[in-house]
Amino acid sequence: MPKDEFQARDFKIVGTRPLRPDGIDKVTGKARYGADVTAPGMLWGAVLRSPHAHARIVSIDTSAAEAMKGVKAVITRADFTYQPDDPGLADVLDNCMAGEKARYDGHAVAAVAATSKKIAHDALDAIKVEYEVLAHVTDVDEAMKPDAPVIEAGRQQENVPAGLSENVTSRSKYGHGDPEAGFSQADLVIERSFTTAATHQGYIEPHACLATLGADGQGDLWVCTQGHYMVRNTCAGLLGLDAGMLRVTASEIGGGFGGKTHVWIEPVALMLSRKAGKPVKLVMSRDEVFRATGPTASSSIDVKIGMKKDGTITGATATYRLQAGAYPGAIAFLSAMCGFAPYDLENVRTEGFEVMTNRPKAAAYRAPGAPMAAYPVESVIDELCQKLDLDPLETRLKNAADEGTKSAYGPTYPAIGLKATLKAAQSHPHWTAPLGENQGRGVACGFWFNFGGDTCVSLMVNPDGTVSLSEGNPDIGGSRASMSMMAAEELGVPLDQVRTIIADTASLGQNEVTDGSRVTFAVGLATIKAARHAIEIMKERAAMTWGIDPEAVDWHDGAAHPAGPNAGKFPPMTIKEIAAIASNTGGPIAGHHEVNAEGAGVSFATHMVDTEVDPETGAVKVLRYTVFQDAGKAVHPDYVEGQFQGGAAQGIGWAINEEYIYGEDGRLQNPGFLDYRVPVASDLPMIEPVILEIPNPGHPYGVRGVGETSIVPPLAAIANAVSRAAGVRLTSLPMSPPRVLAALKGQ
Amino acid sequence: MVAVRLWGSLAELADGQQTVEIEAANLRQLLDGLARDYPALKPQLERGVSVSIDGKIYNDTWATPIEKNSEVVLLNRLVGG
Amino acid sequence: MSQIHVTATINGDETEFLCDPTETLLDVLRDHLDLTGSKEGCGSGDCGACSIILDGRLVCSCLVLAAEAEGRSVETIEGMAEGDKLHPLQEKFIEHAALQCGICTPGILVAAKNLLERNPNPSEEEVRYWLAGNLCRCTGYDKIIRAVMDTAAEMRGAA
Repeated sequence: MPKDEFQARDFKIVGTRPLRPDGIDKVTGKARYGADVTAPGMLWGAVLRSPHAHARIVSIDTSAAEAMKGVKAVITRADFTYQPDDPGLADVLDNCMAGEKARYDGHAVAAVAATSKKIAHDALDAIKVEYEVLAHVTDVDEAMKPDAPVIEAGRQQENVPAGLSENVTSRSKYGHGDPEAGFSQADLVIERSFTTAATHQGYIEPHACLATLGADGQGDLWVCTQGHYMVRNTCAGLLGLDAGMLRVTASEIGGGFGGKTHVWIEPVALMLSRKAGKPVKLVMSRDEVFRATGPTASSSIDVKIGMKKDGTITGATATYRLQAGAYPGAIAFLSAMCGFAPYDLENVRTEGFEVMTNRPKAAAYRAPGAPMAAYPVESVIDELCQKLDLDPLETRLKNAADEGTKSAYGPTYPAIGLKATLKAAQSHPHWTAPLGENQGRGVACGFWFNFGGDTCVSLMVNPDGTVSLSEGNPDIGGSRASMSMMAAEELGVPLDQVRTIIADTASLGQNEVTDGSRVTFAVGLATIKAARHAIEIMKERAAMTWGIDPEAVDWHDGAAHPAGPNAGKFPPMTIKEIAAIASNTGGPIAGHHEVNAEGAGVSFATHMVDTEVDPETGAVKVLRYTVFQDAGKAVHPDYVEGQFQGGAAQGIGWAINEEYIYGEDGRLQNPGFLDYRVPVASDLPMIEPVILEIPNPGHPYGVRGVGETSIVPPLAAIANAVSRAAGVRLTSLPMSPPRVLAALKGQ
Repeated sequence: MVAVRLWGSLAELADGQQTVEIEAANLRQLLDGLARDYPALKPQLERGVSVSIDGKIYNDTWATPIEKNSEVVLLNRLVGG
Repeated sequence: MSQIHVTATINGDETEFLCDPTETLLDVLRDHLDLTGSKEGCGSGDCGACSIILDGRLVCSCLVLAAEAEGRSVETIEGMAEGDKLHPLQEKFIEHAALQCGICTPGILVAAKNLLERNPNPSEEEVRYWLAGNLCRCTGYDKIIRAVMDTAAEMRGAA
């Protein structure tokens, strides 16, 4: 196996808390997001969406819209004449602009470009669409039944057993041992069914782009996205363009959380621009964001766990049914992999089903599949602890996975930090703080993989010795600061000598999307390697100047030094001195690194929360919240804490309030922030972050990803706290007041 | 030969074998060998898999070395948010 | 439809613009005056990303018709710093890492400034309820609340 990258060292910059370099632009309103730019001669785009959950599109008459003054282009699916041969891309195209059928309320059916926003929207009203309404299904359990309306036939994978609706597109199974034998050894076995609602990533910035595409196939796209290379490749694949002819620039991004790892409006804006011959700006409304993008999968789950009186888990099974929405591609396999990942189990089996329904295509959301996987497992473990009178932290510690554990999804773990998070939780004052009436304390563990992937970084040493770093991953949570810190650390220069920018797709090679908690790990790794490359060049330049062998030159504290007394007596050459004579020693100095960063380290967290349940109204108040998570190495602890706090807050929303509500007519009833209630400032307490640092062997500084694991434990931690406060086990999310009240009344 | 563990639903397609032996010294040889010796796995291999080698997860790098005694586990292709 | 001529004071400067009767003040700020610091997160007054001060009162500019600004004073995020001197809230937001993606930041800063002008010594609960109309999806509000409280303390000390 490849050797470990990690080397222990003392850091000067990494691990400190400097001011972020893009801070001033963001507090003064200067930072430019997706909808903040214009172009000369620009048109405004708008999209017409299906009001039906499931309908055959009989005809679309655009003639009246086309005849309107100021309307410069109207497009439907018929304008997308290029047919992508990849089935995944064909689904993306159909989702961006419906073909034969509208598959969900909000599915795009036509689009307009006009000289003003108002004319564009008026033109949408003038488009006549004839629909043949079809039977629909928006519930995952209903959609699995053999007689359910079928969204699209022929999409089942070979792994789906017979007897299920064609809506069930895949099944995956994980585990080892014999759970049935395990249950027979248990003193208590609990089996329960759970549901979780679909939730939206809820980024505050709606999708927005500005597209220019000429008849020659050359184009430019400004877009808010988690991955502008993905946008380029996908749009080129959908429109039959050469990727190299389409330059995509990532705007500042106003949140993504997985929801901006896909395309929706970008191919439409490019097509409108090509047809109109002018730049087109297309911005989604919040209503469109809710109806047509995101959300995460809703789920229906059965979990069964057996435990001995001493807390040992003897057997465990889980079946996850996840709603994919209108196209195949939910992530039930990730649920099946993640649910029991924190535990060292002899007998475990999980199964995941992915099911199509008449809802928007499910999108990735922070640790996709893992929160709904942990929720039922951690709930049943908590109930077993209650009934067997066991300490929930001690019991988790007793069963916790460690280095050498064969994980529930197969591989044997290297060094991991789960036990450290549990021990930190045990010794934290939160654990022993007193609770009042109607209050309960919940704990839960969570697991996530973290990712690497294709990554390119270029590091330029400028003539004055300052450093320009170009990377290709949109900065959502402060990653430019982290990259500058790692570059400065490696080069041995002050942080203010390095500026990091996000380059467009024409300036660097392929970069994987900002997802999977990969950026600080993978882009950080490439940044360190690019700095090392530049250092090698600078050592050569110093060696040439001194007339000695490059191997006889050392680099530290931002300067080249003779390696030892035998190398010769030369005063050190600083980066500024080397840069100043670069033209004399061979030309400009730049380091770069291109890599598919494989081998990311997994990560674990334990969350602890106190809640109070109002017995009159069923309302849940979160009183205190503490996050214990392994970060590997925290490069900028402020922003690591921010990831912990933000993930916990999103989890709190998922647990207590957030929910896609569909009517009998298959239409989304709450496509706005008034009725889809994300946590507001007055809903939350301070969220205390406790950072643990168990180095990841796969990164030079020991970095693991931190962005996603923090949303995995909250659903269960809060459900456990509420269930203990209410004295009744809650098994359905969100735990909104009506649900909690019904549970209280039902006891 | 390298012992490769399959996940449950993949094992069902390999006549119920949870572990199969493949002659491979790197990731590419492993994936090619699996497709050759177990054609029923081909649809999933084409959709994509991740491979855990001694506890670290790899997706694409063909040259990733695999030792005879390495622990090799096939996983569904991972995705993130 | 004929356009309406409006004269308003925006960030201290007398400003004239023409607007459609249906256009919101946010539309005019962003699309006509190039003041894109105010953001449209929802268009329905639920997210607070477009918060501005209209004649001293905190409002969502997406809920104000542009024509209503006639003769009135409008303060946006672009008017918060004086030249290159940041407002203490802006300084503290950077210092406390109170922003991640930053899309909600302009609205929250405008709202927080209005709070501190009314109440220089707010409790944590008062800050949380005042900012309850400003959604942030990244931070869990923790560092935002700390930044506002710290600014209030510092401004009281300086006063």
